[in-house]
Amino acid sequence: MTGNPILAPIPAPVLALSDVVKDYVGEAGTFRALHGVSMTVAHGELMAIMGPSGSGKSTLMNIIGCLDSPTTGIYRFEGTDTASLSERALARMRNSGIGFIFQSFNLLPRLSALGNVALPLVYSGLGKAEREAKAQALLAKVGLADKQRSRPAQLSGGQQQRVAVARALANAPKLLLADEPTGALDTKTGAEVLGLFKSLNREQRVTVVIVTHDPEVARATDRVVRIQDGRVFYDGPPTEAALYGHAEVAA
Amino acid sequence: MIDAMLAEAWSALIANRLRSALTMLGMIIGVAAVILMLAIGGGVQKQVSSAISGLGSNLLIITAGSSKQGGFASGAGTGATLRLDDVDAIAHLKSVVAAAPTTQIPVQAVAGAANWATTVVGTTPAYFIVNDWRPDTGRAFSEMEDRAAGRVAILGHTAADKLFGANDPMGASVRVKGTSFTVIGIMATRGQGFGGVDRDDVIIVPLTTALRQLQGNAFRRSIRSISVGIDDADNLAPASERIAAVLRRVHHLEPGAPDDFTVNNLTAVTDTLSSTTAAISLLLAAIGSISLIVGGIGIMNIMLVSVTERTREIGIRMAIGASRAAVRLQFLLEALMLSLLGCGIGVGLGTGLATAASGAIGFDTSVTVSAVVTAFAVSASIGIFFGWYPATRAAKLSPIEALRS
Repeated sequence: MTGNPILAPIPAPVLALSDVVKDYVGEAGTFRALHGVSMTVAHGELMAIMGPSGSGKSTLMNIIGCLDSPTTGIYRFEGTDTASLSERALARMRNSGIGFIFQSFNLLPRLSALGNVALPLVYSGLGKAEREAKAQALLAKVGLADKQRSRPAQLSGGQQQRVAVARALANAPKLLLADEPTGALDTKTGAEVLGLFKSLNREQRVTVVIVTHDPEVARATDRVVRIQDGRVFYDGPPTEAALYGHAEVAA
Repeated sequence: MIDAMLAEAWSALIANRLRSALTMLGMIIGVAAVILMLAIGGGVQKQVSSAISGLGSNLLIITAGSSKQGGFASGAGTGATLRLDDVDAIAHLKSVVAAAPTTQIPVQAVAGAANWATTVVGTTPAYFIVNDWRPDTGRAFSEMEDRAAGRVAILGHTAADKLFGANDPMGASVRVKGTSFTVIGIMATRGQGFGGVDRDDVIIVPLTTALRQLQGNAFRRSIRSISVGIDDADNLAPASERIAAVLRRVHHLEPGAPDDFTVNNLTAVTDTLSSTTAAISLLLAAIGSISLIVGGIGIMNIMLVSVTERTREIGIRMAIGASRAAVRLQFLLEALMLSLLGCGIGVGLGTGLATAASGAIGFDTSVTVSAVVTAFAVSASIGIFFGWYPATRAAKLSPIEALRS
């Protein structure tokens, strides 16, 4: 991107994978989890990565989340080749560039809701007062202003996941990366959490990538990438065929 | 970042109260032992040095009788083999500054309505020179008063307190074994001697008076001991040999016959005492160090367990942006908190034990600031040393695998 003097510079996509291969070396030999995956996600997208278990979607998620690195191929986050980043820089990226949301919420049981939301801010070096003010605002945003002092065990599943969403938003990340975010919730609260994602995306232009095998979750998004056997099998709008795995033609 | 980590470390320790307390036990015992050792060692050192300075360092004490007499051992100071004439023979020897014959008689002293069991020391004015101990009120008695068997007494501080309380003893009279003595002075405070003996609990009177009025007829000219002041510490050994030679001649001992006296060099006594306390200190130090190492291993063990238990937590922290250094710091702080908390409790326990010990063994123990600072520094090092491996293990975890656990 050398930049055109007349046009405003085109912003880099949030993430761009090109020909990403991931091999796992085990006792039984080398296992190739990803066979050259290429995809880009632009700012403000709301999309789902789908695929049956063993398809490689978890591996893909780990690479997108900077928890793992490709064996070959390039993964750019915000235009930066992640292979060039140090461990410390990757941690910083996970801290402020990406917000993780997990199926099982993964809140720290000893910390209050406020403490959990403030945790990423601890690692980005904010002072106590600033952390608490920010965490309070975030909890209010997900509708849990009155649950600041509650421990995760005192909250319902839906409330816990909303705390997790608040935590993921703490450092205003470029990307919200959710792994089966409704998997542990009943249909109604699952729909509420999805609604939260949607409003974050629509109102605050947060880029959301949801990794799921649930067609109903994927249906709520604007784009579906289907992974099968370590390859992109489909990339397009959430049509019935795409959601239920009948689409044969990769876009 | 540190403030939140400290708070979390604290809550982690609180969450496992019993486990944390048991883990700290090794540190507590180790630190308490070290604090106690330093307190007792310091107290004994102070005791020994004040005892030495109180005695006068260049002092030889000749006691009647031998530690071995006629084939069986008997205590020194038994027998009536030291005589007043021996003192004159010794006093003129080379290196001898002064020689003070002393006899000690346990008595019940009476002053007005008060009475007190104490010791009368009968001696000559040389006593004040030899022991470098003088009255701080009034005066010492003179050669003339001694020769004339004057009925004058100088009280030690304790004896003065017990017999006269708040009243002024000067010029008052003290009755001992039916004889009245006029108090002409009070000795300077001298403090405790070896084994907690109160050296101020004494009444000093002229030797002649003591022998005539207080001691039985059979021992009229016999004395229990002679204190000899020597001009220089280097001359102690040759002087004690010369004294022994002179006494053997004066006592008409055949060559080969055993001595009927004993010459004690006090520096040897204090040396023995110092080396004994050094040995005790070393033992306590060894116990303390071993306990601290065991305590450190205990901390390492529990931190390893904690890292295993909290693998998932570590994964979550890494996913939301904790660097490896931050994870390491988190676990190091927990180990450090355990060791320092244990140290704090150990310092408290050690101080308590030292206070109790000083009451029980009768001399001062002192917990010094430097001992406490040392204890905390050592504990911090142990916390970091033994916490490093578990913390590094936590930091090295793969976030993916940690999250999967």
